[in-house]
Amino acid sequence: MGANEPGLIGQSVLRKEDARFLTGTGQFTDDITLPRQTYAFFLRSPHAHARLRGVDSAKAQAAPGVLGVYTGADLTGVNGLPCGWLITGTDGKPMNEPPHPVLAQGKVRYVGDPVAVVVAESLVQAKDAAELIDVDYDVLPAVVNVVDALKPGAPQVHDEAPGNRCYTWALGDKSAVDAAFARAAHVTKIDIVNNRLIPNAIEPRAANASHNAADDAYTLYVTSQNPHVERLLMTAFVLGLPEHKVRVIAPDVGGGFGSKIYLYPEETALVWASKHVHRPIKWVAERSESFLADAHGRDHVTHAELALDKNGKFLALRVQTTANMGAYLSTFASCIPTILYATLLAGQYTTPAIFCEVTAVFTNTAPVDAYRGAGRPEATYVVERIVHQAAVETGIAQDELRRRNFIRTFPYQTPVALNYDIGDYDACLDEAMRMADVKGFTARKAEAAKRGKLRGLGYASYIEACGLAPSNIAGALGARAGLFEAGEVRVHPTGSVSVFTGSHSHGQGHETTFAQVVAARLGIPLANVDIVHGDTGRVPFGMGTYGSRSLSVGGTAIVKALDKIVAKGRKIAAHLLEAAESDIEFSDGKFSVAGTDRSKTFGEIALTAYVPHNYPLGTLEPGLDETAFYDPTNFTFPAGTHICEVEIDPDTGVVRVERFSACDDFGNIINPMIVEGQVHGGVAQGIGQALMESCVYDRDSGQLLTGSMMDYAMPRADDLPSFQVSTKVTPCTHNPLGAKGCGEAGAIGAPAALMNAVMDAFAARGIVHFDMPASPHRVWSALRAAQPN
Amino acid sequence: MSATLSLTVNGKAVSASVDPRTLLVEFLRDQMGLTGVHVGCDTAQCGACTVHLDGRAIKACNVLALQAAGASVLTIEGLTNGDGALHRMQAAFRECHALQCGFCTPGMVMSALDLCARHPHADEATIRAQLDGNICRCTGYHNIVKAVKQGAAAMGEGEVRHGGE
Repeated sequence: MGANEPGLIGQSVLRKEDARFLTGTGQFTDDITLPRQTYAFFLRSPHAHARLRGVDSAKAQAAPGVLGVYTGADLTGVNGLPCGWLITGTDGKPMNEPPHPVLAQGKVRYVGDPVAVVVAESLVQAKDAAELIDVDYDVLPAVVNVVDALKPGAPQVHDEAPGNRCYTWALGDKSAVDAAFARAAHVTKIDIVNNRLIPNAIEPRAANASHNAADDAYTLYVTSQNPHVERLLMTAFVLGLPEHKVRVIAPDVGGGFGSKIYLYPEETALVWASKHVHRPIKWVAERSESFLADAHGRDHVTHAELALDKNGKFLALRVQTTANMGAYLSTFASCIPTILYATLLAGQYTTPAIFCEVTAVFTNTAPVDAYRGAGRPEATYVVERIVHQAAVETGIAQDELRRRNFIRTFPYQTPVALNYDIGDYDACLDEAMRMADVKGFTARKAEAAKRGKLRGLGYASYIEACGLAPSNIAGALGARAGLFEAGEVRVHPTGSVSVFTGSHSHGQGHETTFAQVVAARLGIPLANVDIVHGDTGRVPFGMGTYGSRSLSVGGTAIVKALDKIVAKGRKIAAHLLEAAESDIEFSDGKFSVAGTDRSKTFGEIALTAYVPHNYPLGTLEPGLDETAFYDPTNFTFPAGTHICEVEIDPDTGVVRVERFSACDDFGNIINPMIVEGQVHGGVAQGIGQALMESCVYDRDSGQLLTGSMMDYAMPRADDLPSFQVSTKVTPCTHNPLGAKGCGEAGAIGAPAALMNAVMDAFAARGIVHFDMPASPHRVWSALRAAQPN
Repeated sequence: MSATLSLTVNGKAVSASVDPRTLLVEFLRDQMGLTGVHVGCDTAQCGACTVHLDGRAIKACNVLALQAAGASVLTIEGLTNGDGALHRMQAAFRECHALQCGFCTPGMVMSALDLCARHPHADEATIRAQLDGNICRCTGYHNIVKAVKQGAAAMGEGEVRHGGE
């Protein structure tokens, strides 16, 4: 790999991180056991809604092996968990933001709400002791869905949120939309539910907290996508600890998909308790706890209307959405159905007027927050389902209706705040149609019909806003955090390089992709570059990994630091080569005097920086170690078209995905193998949502009915086909890598593509309304209801 | 109360004192330090804890440690010979990018080996059906299926059982 390092970009380099995972030597949080380790078990509410009359933990305190039992009342001086985004409602008032206690205080508000934590010598002892805690619950009526929660007389989740409303918020020009509808030749209306999902990263959440009395410092190992954010929120807002006395380490993390972004009660309670028991405390979620108490995703109920002129041009889009926040506001819950949703409703289209109103609602369910795509899959689902329906109603072909409305001039200012820098939507649609063999579909449908099967073809031309985001704009929109990224490039005296990034890799392969960027830029062997992430004690700062931002924001921070390294190297080279700095060129790992054969290698410059015997010490510091912070100037806008073909067996209701073709534009690509893998995984999660996954709470009791992998249908190998994926490239215009992000696209495009295929297949039976998931029983029932035998 | 358990783990004879309630996965992780055996669920669904017990893939969360008395257990740690060279199936997983976060990977590889032993020339449909006891949330299985095919083709007949069995 050393011969032609610039060629590293765009190569499917095998992953550096694989060896440890393949040999069982990865180090996940549960694999770390510290000297004098103790274990925690959380007692959780069995009720969806109840007043806590009292919690008596005396017997548990006295149980064998128990070191401490703590309830909400014990956590004096501990604040509630903060929400990181303030939404201001249409009434001009801030959202209702009820307290989110670390351990329940006064009331429990969902099944799984933590009531107490028991710390013991062993997990078994902690569990046994938890059974001895006497909790006196005064059970109250519960409400689990948004429609019920908004009804007059519904059970009230929080006194601070009358009518269970968190906020009603709107975006867009309502009067322009109303005027456009008044002159529309055709209006398509659609009611859809975006089903609630449970993330289910295969590694359950876990934490191991310890306190060192000698210097009053804490160390927390935790399954986090963003350890610095975790530390900042925990120290500054909740525990009031000095930030420099808390080190947060997110070691190998087994998948996140959003669910490991947030500051959760469990690790917060562990850090607090570790000082009280003077021992390290480990907690690992059982899968049942993951189902109950990881932040869930989606859960929208939406009515949308699309106005078209007589030529099929979109005139206006009107959307009304009710979003479930769950029982408490999770870290970024409030911005998902607003800032990351309504802003995407232009899709790939020139729709000139858009208005969206969102009401966010509290219910007696687990908190809901970002899940792979976070708002953007919900927006794409609205736009692409209604465009599909409009094509059906107007008789215009699916691809043709999309083409008639594609944005083709960039930059493009949408009516919902975003400014798209670049894209080529026709290119992705063309390629997806070629891969999907759309031309042959009619014959395949006819052949399937002969076998008594229904075939359907569905399109989704999605857009997403990634690379979160300019901090000042986010701040103006209510973000309570910055959204930059940090990177440090440390060149060692012998010329090898350690790179410290605030992005966190939990499957994305940063240790390889980022190393490719660094090795290519410095012209050094890939093996000489190591990427360090996930440790507040080693990495300068970081906002972490979510929103497909790692390469475009985190990678750019590294590039900025590399630029500083090269700039300093140029100064050192000018001194050594006795040339003007402006005459020094850097390429292929060599600093050369322009127009001569005189040069110094990168390694020679590194050694000189650390052994500065012949060095301009008067004007230049020794050493070669640079840090950069990068705050993007805009979002990035990955886009593409996904086409899904399904075959439905009307006798069983089984929907088979026969073909899935995705053509995406992620801008420039560093490692195509890794990018394809990200698309495969995203598509699988999108198909999972559309075909089988659904979180169900019992409407009366508020009990989680889909509380295990036996009840919640996780996609397995035999539920999915192999995928056809390809990419087109329009490089992002505002970051030096030209990268846009690829992590979420699959989960954004797939649900709409699959459901449009189902609706296409259903058309023959006259079904026009059907919600996810297209599971056998639901499909079979819909077909029976449409055409009773 | 404790009982004495004697068995072979990754080719080495082992004798240990265990609480009779100890699951095999707990014994392997906590007492043997074999933390490549992962726990991803509590209902024997995810397959992250898959190991070989006398040459058959089993879910170690679903077997008591004492049930393995006298048996031979092979975990992901026992697949390599200690020289750093990957087993052909591990290598195929790497070459095909069949892992992302790596958490399901040990169980997936152990299941893949068992699959190949029972179906040496498995087609895609068979591979997919046979892997339904192992859940991966990252890869969409696309590259895992590819890797199992490639790994199976690379392995000679009988090679599956190398590594202490």
